Amino acid sequence: MKKRGNRRLIISLAVVALIYVAGFIVEQTCGSKSMAVTVLQKGAVYALIAVSMNLLNGFTGLFSLGQAGFMLIGAYSYAILTIPMAKRAAVYQYYDGGIVQFTIGMIPALLVAGIVAALFAALIGMPVLRLKGDYLAIATLGFAEIIRAFIQWDAIGPLTNGSNLLKTYPTLKTAMPGNTVLFTFIVVGICIGLILLLINSTYGRAFKAIRDDEIAAEAMGINLFHHKQMAFVISCFFAGIGGALLAMYQGTLQANGFKSAMTYEILLIVVIGGLGSVSGSIIASFLFIACSEWWLRFLDTETMIGDFKVPLLAPGFRMVAFSVVIMVVVLFFRKGIMGDRELWDLGSRRKAKGGSDIK
Amino acid sequence: MFDTLLPYLLAGISVGGQYALIAVGYTLVYGILRLINFAHGDIFTAAGFFMVYLAAALPPALAVPLVIILTVILGFTVERVAYKPLRTAPRMSIMISAIGVSYLLQNLMWYLTGGLARQYPVLPGLGDSIQIGSASTKVVTLVTPVVTVILVVALVLLIKRTKIGMAMRAVSVDFETAQLMGIKINNVISVTFIIGSAMAAIGSMLYFTNYTAVTPTIGAMPGLKAFVAAVFGGIGSIPGAMIGALIIGICENLIKAAGLTMFSDAFTFALLIVVLLVRPTGLFGEKTREKV
Repeated sequence: MKKRGNRRLIISLAVVALIYVAGFIVEQTCGSKSMAVTVLQKGAVYALIAVSMNLLNGFTGLFSLGQAGFMLIGAYSYAILTIPMAKRAAVYQYYDGGIVQFTIGMIPALLVAGIVAALFAALIGMPVLRLKGDYLAIATLGFAEIIRAFIQWDAIGPLTNGSNLLKTYPTLKTAMPGNTVLFTFIVVGICIGLILLLINSTYGRAFKAIRDDEIAAEAMGINLFHHKQMAFVISCFFAGIGGALLAMYQGTLQANGFKSAMTYEILLIVVIGGLGSVSGSIIASFLFIACSEWWLRFLDTETMIGDFKVPLLAPGFRMVAFSVVIMVVVLFFRKGIMGDRELWDLGSRRKAKGGSDIK
Repeated sequence: MFDTLLPYLLAGISVGGQYALIAVGYTLVYGILRLINFAHGDIFTAAGFFMVYLAAALPPALAVPLVIILTVILGFTVERVAYKPLRTAPRMSIMISAIGVSYLLQNLMWYLTGGLARQYPVLPGLGDSIQIGSASTKVVTLVTPVVTVILVVALVLLIKRTKIGMAMRAVSVDFETAQLMGIKINNVISVTFIIGSAMAAIGSMLYFTNYTAVTPTIGAMPGLKAFVAAVFGGIGSIPGAMIGALIIGICENLIKAAGLTMFSDAFTFALLIVVLLVRPTGLFGEKTREKV
C-alpha cells in the first residue's frame, strides 16, 4: 500500500514537472504575446482562485460569494506596495503621491496580499459565518460590494488612489519577461499544493465532515466555528494571492473590474469542474479561459462561407453560446467534469465514494 | 434644511416603491422555493429592453400590456427550464442554476442589443415634470407609491382571500404536505413566478422612467437591493418587502444627500448583514426553526 502511494506520488510529480516544461516550451516557441501564453497565464491565475473558492464551497460546504472582494483586497495590497517610488507621484497625481512611501519586493508583496485578505476575512468571518446557506451567500456578496465601494472612496484615496487606475507596478510582462508562464505556474503550483496538503490533513477531513453533516460533525467533537473560520481565512488568503496575480496579469488595476459578476464566473468554473475536486477546478479554469479568450472567438466575428452568411455570428454570441453550455452542465451534468474525485484517483481501483452531492 | 432634503426624500420614496415591486418577486419565490432568484434582476432588465423595442413600433397603450405579457412569459420559461428540473436537487444546485440563468440572460441581452445603452422611451404622463414645494420632479415620483400600494394591497388580498393564494401559503409552509393534500405545486410555483415577473415589469416601467439608460447589467444592483429589502422586511411577507424597500430607498437617497454617493450601495448590504445578525427573520417575518 505504502509502496503504491509512493509510486503515485512520483508519477504525479513527474506529470506536474512535465506540465511546467510544456508551459515553458510553449512560451519560448510561441512568444509572449501569443494567445496560448495568455490562456496559460490567465488560466493558471483563475485555477488558483477557483481552487480557493472550491476549498470553501466544495470542501467545507460554506456557500460564499465574496471571492471578488478578497481578490480585490489582495490585488490592491500588492499594487500599492510595489509601485516604484519614482512613479508614485505620477500614479497618485490627485493625492500628492499617496501616503505609502516605500516599496517591497514582488514576492513579499504577494505574501502580504494574501495576509491582508486573510485578515479581512478573519474580521468579516466572525459575524458572517454564523449565517447559514443562502444567507451566508448573500452576506458575503454584500461584503464584497462594500469592500469595492470602500476602496473607491475619496477619503482613503491617498492609500488606494480612489477610483483611479493603479499602474506601473511590476506585472508579469515587466517582472518576468520571457518567463511569465513558468513564474505563474510556480506561484500557483505552490499555492494549490499547500491547499491540497491542507485538504488531505485532519483539518481537511474536518472540513468535509462539516460539509456532509454539520450536526454529526459537531457531535464528533469538531469545533464548527473554529473550522469554518479557518477554512474561510485560508480560502481568502489564497484568493488574495490570486487577486494579486490577476493584477499582475492585467497590468493595470481598478476596483470596478471586480464586480459580483466575477465571483459568479468563478463559481461557475468551480461547478463545471466539480464541487469538491481540486483537479476539476484546475481543468475547468483552463477550459473556461481557453474557450472564452481563444477557441470560441470565431463566434464573435461575422463569417461568410462562399456567399452564405453564417447566421447568428456577431459580437457577443460567444458568451451566449458559452452560457448555454454552462446551463447545460448545471442542469444535466450536475457533478461537473470530475464530480468530487481527483484526477490522480481515477487510476486507483478504489471504488468511487457514494454520491455526496452539494448540500 | 427641509427644502434641500425634499428632492432626496421624494426620490427615495419613488425608488423605494420601485424596489418594492421587484422585492415582491423575490419574497414570493423565496417563501415558496427557498431560492434566491438571482435571475430576477435580469428579468427586470429584460422588461426594460422589451419596452425599448416595443415602444418604437407600437403605441404605448399596446406596448405596456405587451411588455408585461412578454416579461411574464420570460419568467415562466426560466422557471420551467432552469428551476423545475432541479426540484428534488439540493438547494444550492438551484441557486447555482439561478446564477447561471442570470449570466445567460445578461450575455443574451448584450448580444441582442450590441452592448450599448438604450434610451428608454418616455411614457406619456409619467415623464412630465412637476413642481412640489421647492422641488421639481417627474410625475412618476408621485405615481410610484400609489401604484405600489395598490398592487401590494391587491396581492395581499389575492394571497389571503383566494384559493390559489391559500395554495401558495400552504406550499410555503410545507412543500411536501401541501403536495399530499392535492395541491399541484408546479402550478403554484408557476403562478408565483408569473406574479413576480409582472410586478418586475411594472417596476421596470417606473424605474426606467427615472433612470433612462437601459444596459444589460443594469438590473443586477436594483435586484440585489430588492432582495435585501425582502430580507429586511421579513422574507415571505409582502407588506414587509414594501416597507423594507421604502426604508432602503429613502436611506439610500439620504446618504446621497450627505455626499457619500459611493456608499449608497454599500449601505444596503451593511443593513442586510446587521439585519441577518440581529433579527434574521426581518421586521415581519415568521419564526422558523432549522430542522435537523
